Amino acid sequence: MPLPVRDVVGILADNLRLRGSVLPIPARRATAWARNLGIPRGGETVLYTGQMYQLIPYIERLVHLEQRLGDSPLARFTGVARRANRLVNGVAIVARPGAEERAEYDRVPANVARLLQRAGVAFGYLYEDDLYSGALAHDLGADEAVAAHARRVAGILRKHGVREVITLDPHTTTMLRTVYPKLVEGYDVRVRSYLEVLAERGLPVGVPLSGTVTIHDSCVYARYEGIVDEPRRLLASVGLTVAEPENAGQWTWCCGGPAESLFPTTAAAIAGKRVEQLRAVAPDCVTMCPICLVNLRKAANGTMRLRDISDHLLDAVAERGASAAHVGGPTR
Amino acid sequence: MSALASAGMIRQLEAIGPFDAAACMNCGVCSAACPLGIDLLPRRLFRYALLGCEDRVHDASGPIFSCLLCRACEANCPAGVHITENMRVLRHWLLQEGS
Repeated sequence: MPLPVRDVVGILADNLRLRGSVLPIPARRATAWARNLGIPRGGETVLYTGQMYQLIPYIERLVHLEQRLGDSPLARFTGVARRANRLVNGVAIVARPGAEERAEYDRVPANVARLLQRAGVAFGYLYEDDLYSGALAHDLGADEAVAAHARRVAGILRKHGVREVITLDPHTTTMLRTVYPKLVEGYDVRVRSYLEVLAERGLPVGVPLSGTVTIHDSCVYARYEGIVDEPRRLLASVGLTVAEPENAGQWTWCCGGPAESLFPTTAAAIAGKRVEQLRAVAPDCVTMCPICLVNLRKAANGTMRLRDISDHLLDAVAERGASAAHVGGPTR
Repeated sequence: MSALASAGMIRQLEAIGPFDAAACMNCGVCSAACPLGIDLLPRRLFRYALLGCEDRVHDASGPIFSCLLCRACEANCPAGVHITENMRVLRHWLLQEGS
């Protein structure tokens, strides 16, 4: 049984207002991926993570808790939980993913930074000022909290003199590129996904890959931002053959993830249907959104291999040693 | 279930953001394209909102908040209705109503 919507959205909006993220995590955790990469602080062009990949292990812990709570008498006390959360950061108490879980998703921003470095793109990072974009709160209609947060993020970008932002997930891309200009007067930051940047610039392929993968387009990239060709061009440039599933590109099928925070059972059913479509085409699937990746992995339950596109691309630039048998490895 | 019409509802919705439900021509393509097979047709929901049937919109809060905002409906809508933005506006209205 779903938890009361108003209380759950209220907790997320309170967190955004009070702590700068719907799910506030310590800055040292959000920025851990950048250690040892030598990325300068700030600059006119920055890689903006919006903490999306870093948040996934915490989201998973919370969704698991939410499912258990929804079926228990404690579900009646979400209003009390909201009041308590205003005083104490509840996420820090109840969501404590292990190092291995964090490392699995921290890998993606590190991948993207390495790819941009190898492609010769000059960029910085805002470290503790790289805040969540407000995407989930925006989707749920918490508009006042999102508008205030957008102004805060825009102010941070202005303070650092940022003129161009390179994003690495679809939700942060559409928030910073399409939503913020409607909320923040004078916002004129150029926003591009790293897929667009790399597709334009080209990748220095060291070890061409081989094999066939299927592709799961993000609804937000494909239908909100028109990013469809770029991931395909990049995969082709590293030697992979893309087998299109039923419902691809502009007609992609949702992973179910957006419903997960309020309706996890519904989200799982949609993801299961999508996995069937993908598995019918190839046992290896490329994703490009952290929400899609985690939802489809759960639904696949080890029956197919799902990897972020950055994993494949980095294999091909040979920084960490690619294997000839690139696809067809163990499922994950 | 009562359906008390409120002339002010559409004004409240339009104050939140662009709400173009009136462009809907009731063809039902949105529902056919929905991955959720959403159990309340957007066309019916939009009619409730346009007519100011506040109770019915409240009763539909489950489908409204379970919408994925994936835009499969919009990509197929022959009238070009901004269905997902309308859903977001309805979410905001529901949250305001209870606050």
